[in-house]
Amino acid sequence: MTQRHRLATGGHVDRAQRLGFSFDGRRHEGHAGDTLASALLANGVRLVGRSFKYHRPRGIFSAGVEEPNALVELRSGARREPNTRATVAELFEGLAATSQNRRGSLAFDWMAVNGLLAPWLGAGFYYKTFMWPASFWERVYEPAVRKAAGLGRASGLPDPDHYEAAHAHCDVLVVGAGVAGLAAALAAGSAGARVMLLEQDFLLGGDLLNDPAQEAWRSTTIAALAAMPGVTIMPRTMAFGFYDGRVIGAVEQVADHLPEPPPHAPRQRYWTIRAQEVVLATGAHERLIAFPGNDRPGVMLAGAARTYARRYAVRAGETAVLFATHDAAYDAALALAEAGTRIAAIIDPRSDSAAMQRAREAGFTVRAGSVVTGTVGGTVLRGVEIGALGSGSRGDALPADLLMISGGWNPAVHLASMAGTPLRWDDALRAFLPGDSAWQRSAGACRGVHGIGAAAQDGAAEGRAAARAAGFAAAAAAVPLPEGPAADHRPFELWEVQARGKAFVDLQDDVTADDIRLAHREGFIHIEHAKRYTTHAMGTDQGKVGGLVGAAVLAAARGEPVATVGMPRYRPYAAPVAWGAMAGGEVGKHFQPVRRTSLHGEHDRLGAVWMDAGLWKRPAYYPKATDADAWASVKREAHAVRERVGVCDVSTLGKIAVEGPDAATFLDRVYANTFSTLAIGRARYGLMLREDGIVFDDGTTTRLGPDRFFVTTTTAQAGPVMQHLEFHLASAWPHLDVSLASVTDHWAAMSIAGPKARDVVAAVVQGIDVANEAFPFMAVADCTAAGVPARLFRISFSGELAYEIAMPAGYATHVWQAVLAAGAPHGIEPYGVEALGLLRIEKGHVAGAELNGQTTAHDLGLGRMLKKKGDFIGRVLAQRPGLTDPSRPHLVGLRSVDPNRQIRAGSHLLVDGQDQGWISSATQSVVDPGWIGLGMLRDGAARIGREIVAANPLMGEEVPVKVVTPHGYDAENLRVRA
Amino acid sequence: MLMIPCPHCGARDEVEFTYRGDATVVRPAADAGIEAFHDYLYLRRNPRGWQVEWWQHNGGCRAFLKVLRHTVTHEVRGVVTATEALEVPPA
Repeated sequence: MTQRHRLATGGHVDRAQRLGFSFDGRRHEGHAGDTLASALLANGVRLVGRSFKYHRPRGIFSAGVEEPNALVELRSGARREPNTRATVAELFEGLAATSQNRRGSLAFDWMAVNGLLAPWLGAGFYYKTFMWPASFWERVYEPAVRKAAGLGRASGLPDPDHYEAAHAHCDVLVVGAGVAGLAAALAAGSAGARVMLLEQDFLLGGDLLNDPAQEAWRSTTIAALAAMPGVTIMPRTMAFGFYDGRVIGAVEQVADHLPEPPPHAPRQRYWTIRAQEVVLATGAHERLIAFPGNDRPGVMLAGAARTYARRYAVRAGETAVLFATHDAAYDAALALAEAGTRIAAIIDPRSDSAAMQRAREAGFTVRAGSVVTGTVGGTVLRGVEIGALGSGSRGDALPADLLMISGGWNPAVHLASMAGTPLRWDDALRAFLPGDSAWQRSAGACRGVHGIGAAAQDGAAEGRAAARAAGFAAAAAAVPLPEGPAADHRPFELWEVQARGKAFVDLQDDVTADDIRLAHREGFIHIEHAKRYTTHAMGTDQGKVGGLVGAAVLAAARGEPVATVGMPRYRPYAAPVAWGAMAGGEVGKHFQPVRRTSLHGEHDRLGAVWMDAGLWKRPAYYPKATDADAWASVKREAHAVRERVGVCDVSTLGKIAVEGPDAATFLDRVYANTFSTLAIGRARYGLMLREDGIVFDDGTTTRLGPDRFFVTTTTAQAGPVMQHLEFHLASAWPHLDVSLASVTDHWAAMSIAGPKARDVVAAVVQGIDVANEAFPFMAVADCTAAGVPARLFRISFSGELAYEIAMPAGYATHVWQAVLAAGAPHGIEPYGVEALGLLRIEKGHVAGAELNGQTTAHDLGLGRMLKKKGDFIGRVLAQRPGLTDPSRPHLVGLRSVDPNRQIRAGSHLLVDGQDQGWISSATQSVVDPGWIGLGMLRDGAARIGREIVAANPLMGEEVPVKVVTPHGYDAENLRVRA
Repeated sequence: MLMIPCPHCGARDEVEFTYRGDATVVRPAADAGIEAFHDYLYLRRNPRGWQVEWWQHNGGCRAFLKVLRHTVTHEVRGVVTATEALEVPPA
């Protein structure tokens, strides 16, 4: 018989809609309106999981977001979703769920033997047990621990669904659509405010759903809100974080309640909502009591059992015991009795109370002054042991298959606390309540105002106040509010029943009260330390049901009040959020933008192999069918430059226009060398330091006019250099009359390099005499190139005669084709970034690998460039002893002694077995075949000519290398000046 | 997330800005010596309360702005351009 625990009438389930689902392969049936948890209970499924560490059997503990136990894997294949709380997973036709963290079947888990090892698996066991031998951690202990512990498995496959990010603004944001939230939204909406009402549940109403008498007000109010044009109701939307400036982060589960999202719909939507005013009506979470065996399937929060009976029309047990410390919990006994459950006894540590008397009058057996000292059963509850308060021993057993417990209610202050609201201890409710805050207003149970009527009044008042604060002063008509009996939520102070056995304070992380005391004995007395040492409240439930109980156990051990010990800091996310939702649409090719130069299509046509340079795509090399491998292509391109001519796209270099009467002064201050003396129509290599004296960037700067300069930066530092210049212009020298503009994307540029470069340039460029005397090294002039406006630079990075033609980006393809045509008779070859690197290493030019944020101008052999007079960024701090120490590693050239043995960037340089530096760049040479490199070596200059060792332990290599001058190729620079 | 009223662009979200730290430190004169530059580069007051900070509106006008922000409440009370001055209220 299916759904044998389903009641014939009542609740918010649609019995006409039957939904088939499976759990661990077994078929079951539920109804629309069910969660997976309520449907499992309706079918009598009690055992739903195994615990994290001890593999103890676990059942459904709550009826909501706070669930610590009933975590399952939902769906299968690429959509498999681990650690889904069955208590919030909305049932749909065909839902397939699997239990987690078991070896073998759920009922007989081989790993339950861990329970026998429990004395060695207490708090901090990782730190103590797996110490010896050290090598065992990686090979033996960690794999074993990982296999035994843990929760669900990720699918390991790409997520087939998509996710969205959305932004919204509103006047009043209300979080939570229980009675307080509905009343707040109604009041604010009636005042004319634009209201957003977020509710994590798929039904609005919160505790109203547990009272048929409130159904009229609930449905009328929802209809009234839906009819208000300024009110947006968002069910299935969980607010996970409260950020500065009243920004709320939330996730809307658009399609989690369906087998798969409808076409073009996202699975989830990640909301960032900026509100003028925020009303938090997040309710409260019921807390557990720590006693031996409080984790056995069949032990459940009293409010949850009540919710399953009233909202889902499910009887969570046949014979129940209620163990409660306050009057409000007694309604659970009434609800279950109405559902047909036999209430064996109500166990209450108090001697007397109003609810106790009413219960006795109603015929319930109430055992005052008593506590639950333990539970009996295997994988499900069979009995409850009861003893006198304070006796310390386990008492007699009462047969029961459901134990409802309530140690009081914790207001859900997560969001309020994230908003910076101080929390204050309330001695009556024995809970932390939100104090005064300028950023949020709490209403209802989340600030300790319990009971339908009181919470409704509170919500309406805060909603009205929020609307007024948001500028909606019009006196709103009084909104209709529900009446409801008040219930006394003030609990007797009982956090733990001490008796023999495991009393859990954190069910998800398998943390017991003894673990907390152990942490205290071992010195972890601060709540934040005890939390991390024991993993208390670190699970996906963030300790919502037991966090405060653990704090109270710690407080008792410290001999201090809970108020002093406090709670660990609340941080986002208040409840689990899927990575997919956080990533949103920024996945795959949308992860980051791609920058393409205006010559991208030309490179593609030439068959370029691409490489990433930051966001840029650059050609690495252009393979030809005749090339044996990538090195053959790179060396062919480099040969062309050394012997004939090559052309390379250098458009990615950063370009900044620096203009204004004080432009020269400004450049003198941001560069280590001088630019005010630069002649118009000339370029100069510039070196930029950080204020701490370390080299920041280099590049060529051109003077185009008395107050017009054109600065180039490396590709990688284009953005940071721009920001650096802007910052110093604003902060250090705001009186300088200078304008900065990034023109990187406006200009395309190509380098034409090689002995035949002049012939090619002469054929393409008009308006300039390119003869060596007329247009010498470092000359710059405007011209036309292939008939379009362009600018010609005579600068070289390769060590050959070279020119750079720059033109407005839109003309780049036209000029590139003209250059290739003009170069064809000379055997021109396009060359990529790899050949560019080869050529500059041969020539000894530094690049990003040498300008690595650790090197000074002296280290790089560029110390002569630092001007002796005048202020410039980095001048003073570069003189610090640590940066001027002559024994610092210094730029050297390196050559593999055996030309066939490869050397690698990253290898360490060993001199007589001592680590004396590293290889920064390495390549094969085309001038003198073999492996060469640049590196940083202590006493580098003094060691030129010596043979040392390049060691790369990762590759298992030790390669003899000879230290050489980095400037071995054409040291006199005759070729670039030819 | 902060909302920063840019004097050029209007109120904009924090994501459009880049933080650049204490705006009250002044770059020393060229001859001030290593100690002065060390303090300028590395030493910060880290106040609990109001602080004038540099924020660059790099997703907008790119201007470096002086922002008066409370380091505890994160309230932003004033924003001016680089050459203007902000009065810092008592903590």
